[in-house]
Amino acid sequence: MSATALRLVDLTVSYDRHPAVHHVSAEIPAAEMTAIVGPNGAGKSTLLKALLGLAPHIEGRIECSARRIAYLPQQAEIDRSFPISVFDTVLLGRWSRFGGFAAAGHADIHDAQHAIEAVGLAGFERRPIDTLSVGQFQRVLFARLLLQDAYLVLLDEPFAAIDSKTVADLMAVIQRWRAEKRTVVAVLHDLDQVRRDFPNALLLARELVDSGPTLRVLSAENLLRARAMAEAWDEHADACKVPMQLSA
Amino acid sequence: MLYEYLFQPFVEFGFMRRALVASLALAVGGSSIGVFLILRRMSLMGDALAHALLPGAAMGFLLGGLSLPAMSLGGFLAGIATALVSGIIARFSNMREDASFAAAYLTAMALGVLIVSLRGSAVDLMNILFGAILAVDDTALFLVVSTATLTLVGLAAIYRPLVVECFNPGFLAAMGVRGSVYHYLFLGLAVLNMVAGFQALGTLMALGIVLLPAVAASFWAREVWSMTLIAAPMAFASAAVGLLVSFHVGLPSGPVIVLFASLFFLGSLLLGSRSSVRTRLSRPVHLRG
Repeated sequence: MSATALRLVDLTVSYDRHPAVHHVSAEIPAAEMTAIVGPNGAGKSTLLKALLGLAPHIEGRIECSARRIAYLPQQAEIDRSFPISVFDTVLLGRWSRFGGFAAAGHADIHDAQHAIEAVGLAGFERRPIDTLSVGQFQRVLFARLLLQDAYLVLLDEPFAAIDSKTVADLMAVIQRWRAEKRTVVAVLHDLDQVRRDFPNALLLARELVDSGPTLRVLSAENLLRARAMAEAWDEHADACKVPMQLSA
Repeated sequence: MLYEYLFQPFVEFGFMRRALVASLALAVGGSSIGVFLILRRMSLMGDALAHALLPGAAMGFLLGGLSLPAMSLGGFLAGIATALVSGIIARFSNMREDASFAAAYLTAMALGVLIVSLRGSAVDLMNILFGAILAVDDTALFLVVSTATLTLVGLAAIYRPLVVECFNPGFLAAMGVRGSVYHYLFLGLAVLNMVAGFQALGTLMALGIVLLPAVAASFWAREVWSMTLIAAPMAFASAAVGLLVSFHVGLPSGPVIVLFASLFFLGSLLLGSRSSVRTRLSRPVHLRG
């Protein structure tokens, strides 16, 4: 691990005053793959939203060196019945190039075609997205990420409800990003996959349990603690006395 | 003779010609607004918005009498105020935006009926509620045509951000674009179209020519732009046919026009090429792949 892509300094993100991410300080190494792991409601998606600057209320600091960030949302956030073609959806990845008003250049259109082929969807260009399966649509979103050409890629549950063939194909795309020295941060639930493919992990249960090399972070003891912390949460808690030290 | 039925009314009567041009403009502008209303799942909110024009139009009526500019300006301000207020309520409370729209428009509607009944007669009220396309004068025509022009230019300008805001607002936000700006620009255009429509069709009917062709087009088109291209001619056809029928049979034109738009909707529902009754029923063999 050399450089740091992201540094979280005492980060708290709250909805309606209830913290979803509570006093988290951690570093995410650059040009490396990091998995964010934790029980449901641990604040994993919220953390990604905060990194994108989309969280409603944050305290603390996020230091980020990447200028362009690509983000894969959970599929539930997208209206999949919307009448738009696969090609147009993918081409949107170049938004930073043409914005809301200018025309897409020849290079953009060419690259979009390539991205669609790279995720194994050649021939699907003119299909409306409502005719795709969950796995195919996830490939579309990955093609859009490819086009975004970002040095920090945030993936929110990229493999939820996806079959093993598609997971393998999309993992190959992620490995390619790593080879290109891009930083990948993914929210994942499959711990075996995290141990196998992600050298770095961050275990979250509203508060940080541990972060660093995956094998150390995902110890049985840490996982047990994460679960206990998630279950012990008190929704009627009093105001937090900042700054709070986390007892390790 | 066919010529007498189809063309003579327009050749002979100036008010029929004006009505035809007005309905062409309404059809083109309104149906494109309708396409986005249904894609944003806002069809009923559009309805609420149309009703919300009433108190503004009524205030205009109180202050300026039966003058179109006064009533239109009042209606426009009332519509914008309703959209903004319900948007603000939804943002600062946990209320869903459709619920706050309903609350706002019911208040507006009651207020509007009350204001009209304070001063005007039942005839005036009927005029505002149901419109009179055959009474469209040059001022009204100018208003309707300018609205259509502004709508098409405006929608073309904000087309891409608006489409992305509809189907993946998170992506737009991640690109650093404030989607709500386009949402409110769109709502502004929608209000403008309803104001233009209410002189011709009335506050209750104006949405018919906006929404019905758009819903009908969704049974044929696979993309947003083609949906708009299909909806506009349907809207114009229902307006033209509705005008002729109401002229020959002597029926009120607003409801007849809207009923013809409903016929397009029913026909598309039954025969359309996408998820219509026909495609549900007639699948003798499945495809190979």
